[in-house]
Amino acid sequence: MRNRRRTTLTALAFASPWFLGFCIFMVYPLVASIYFSFCDYSVLRPAIWIGAGNYIHLIHDNIFWTALINTAVYTAIALPVGLIVALGLAMLLNMKVKGMAFYRTLFFIPSLVPLVALAVLMQFIFNGQYGILNVILRDLFPFVHSQSFPPNWLGDPAFSKLVLVFISAWGAGNAMVIYLAGLQDVPVQLYEAADLDGAGFWAKTRNVTLPMISPVILFNLVMGIIGTLQVFTVPYVISPTGSPERSIYFYAMYLYDNAFIYHQMGYACAMGWILFVIIMILTLLSFRLSERHVHYGS
Amino acid sequence: MQLRRLWTPLFIAFIVATIAYSENVVRPHPHDNRIHIVYWEKWTGFEGDAIKQVVNYYNTHQNKIHVDLLTISGIENKTLLAVAGGDPPDLAGLYGPNVTQYADDKAVLPLTPFLKKYGINRSQYIPAFWDEGTVNGQQYALPTTPASTALFYNRAMFKAAGMDPDKPRDWHNGNYTIEEMDKDAEKLTKRSPNGQLLVAGFLPSEPGWWNWGWGYFFGGRLWDGKNRITATDPGNIAAYRWIEHFTKEYGTTNLSSFKSGLGQFSSPQNGFMSGKVAMEIQGVWMYHYINMYAPQMCGKDPQFGVAPFPFPASRPDLKGSTFSDEDVITIPRGAKHPDAAFQFIRFLESPKGMDMLCGLQWKMSPLIKNEPGFYRNNKNLLAKFFAEQAMGKNTIPPPKMSIWPQYQNSLSNAYDEVSLLTKTPTQALEEVQREMQPQLLQWRQQEALRAKAEANH
Repeated sequence: MRNRRRTTLTALAFASPWFLGFCIFMVYPLVASIYFSFCDYSVLRPAIWIGAGNYIHLIHDNIFWTALINTAVYTAIALPVGLIVALGLAMLLNMKVKGMAFYRTLFFIPSLVPLVALAVLMQFIFNGQYGILNVILRDLFPFVHSQSFPPNWLGDPAFSKLVLVFISAWGAGNAMVIYLAGLQDVPVQLYEAADLDGAGFWAKTRNVTLPMISPVILFNLVMGIIGTLQVFTVPYVISPTGSPERSIYFYAMYLYDNAFIYHQMGYACAMGWILFVIIMILTLLSFRLSERHVHYGS
Repeated sequence: MQLRRLWTPLFIAFIVATIAYSENVVRPHPHDNRIHIVYWEKWTGFEGDAIKQVVNYYNTHQNKIHVDLLTISGIENKTLLAVAGGDPPDLAGLYGPNVTQYADDKAVLPLTPFLKKYGINRSQYIPAFWDEGTVNGQQYALPTTPASTALFYNRAMFKAAGMDPDKPRDWHNGNYTIEEMDKDAEKLTKRSPNGQLLVAGFLPSEPGWWNWGWGYFFGGRLWDGKNRITATDPGNIAAYRWIEHFTKEYGTTNLSSFKSGLGQFSSPQNGFMSGKVAMEIQGVWMYHYINMYAPQMCGKDPQFGVAPFPFPASRPDLKGSTFSDEDVITIPRGAKHPDAAFQFIRFLESPKGMDMLCGLQWKMSPLIKNEPGFYRNNKNLLAKFFAEQAMGKNTIPPPKMSIWPQYQNSLSNAYDEVSLLTKTPTQALEEVQREMQPQLLQWRQQEALRAKAEANH
């Protein structure tokens, strides 16, 4: 009995640095941010309780809605594109071809590029005047004499979000590796049985592959929702004000501006909690909708 | 077995030693009987070297205080966090437009008691530069390096287009108006056979640092100084119409692609220095950058000239409008040695200190009386011209409001909308008005709320 108690105490002692850190750096800020979201708080002066003032102000804040809609539109495009690109690449890289390790590495490397470097690189590629993309487009279509062709991708609100979607797909390597692991877990017998039934590639993909990796798809979907709704670094490096016309001004950017540029930490906390609730609802919704489609079978 | 027992104490000793060592590295305890004050400054490159020289001079010419200079990027945010965390530096070199916001948030100490004690006052400074540090009658910051703006024009390009290379200087005769400049800009503009813009005569968005303030050049105001935003002031609308006409003339995509092709300011690919933009609004620092990146433009017959920015023909009273701005020095709240920190400020703000710093940074001085020969010996041949600009009656400082960062972003969005022709100037500025008026009122309410709460405490 004494021995057991001692073992428990030892275990707790070893876990205590993590536990302490968790309480100080996670639990306290989380709880405090709930409190501050109901306060006028600039970080530099004492917080003053204002009830639901911040939340009410948010409802009437046009920029909040612009940022929220931008984020929703970006998520609606970037999320499926990211999932499909990653899954497509994973399926290609799951084939039995010579030198596959090389190809896998090759397709994973872009996701290792730091986001700031990626943003700078993409600004070069998509530059309206000297960007390599536009140089190629001008060479490919020398007969097009329109002043609006080729477009200034990042300077045109019609294209700026799409460029960001492209950049997000560029970093699909992480999701791809997770898909790949899932694909390799699909029992070979199932494909053999499908072969005997005369199933082709699409039939096998639809009836064997996708159902078998559905938990992995759900995981990537949830992680994708969380990631895309918090998009920050790349658009912030490209344009901190979300220019042109706030077309790439996203939720997390407005939150950051409120917290650190406008000194409205209470308002930023309220925004943070709204984002948390949105992500929570979408995640729960994904779980609920996936109940029928996700197979956790062995 | 015994060795195993030693592991835990050894490990703990290692951790403690590491902490002690790193603490000593971060916070050295020199035994020189001086007060050590920590000074955070944002400058790098030649500007950083200049302040280093000034600090070294100060450290070696007295024996009571030692200034530990640290170069900090993103200084306004880091100062904010350091003040909030209770461990700020003794001195922070912020930007002029930060002062109101930081003073309202009580992030910086009022310097007024020190200034009174040592007899430093407004009459010693060019008024625009002293005033930028004043908030609600208290002085919270003093200028370090000031700036004003003017029109830089490419004389060689004027000559090549068959015009008098110093035509913009006609201002002295009261002739050079914005309308005239626009006509010249059109003559200087070059396009490729398929209409692509190759050289722009003038672009209001180049370099784009003052897009918020064009309204002032047309007699507009951004607020009434109290409780009303005046984004839709007729002067502002006139300015945005003027901005709009450049897009209409050059074409939306054409212009935005051209702008994206201009290099960074601090590089030889800079639009003005590479000859892609013939005229632009720039500040006192430009002379140094031209010397650095386009030395071929300097020399006995320089390829560029400078003139006060033109004015609308209908508003001769707006002659000599110039943006006035500055970098400032402040004492953050919670500084450990505010008195010693002010002693350094005292030296820095003396003619000796200012002339050293501003001279080494190739800028003008914010002081009215300088060391003899300051302008004669200044490497920036335009320093005196820019000082005179700042002494004029039409200086345009950044508005003193806590919500200025929000307002500036809102105006920048309106600028986008007008220059992409998605909204008319009136629509875009009405949107700014709708966005900012509630923010202004909220700021006023917050102020009242905070004052009440602090009074109760």
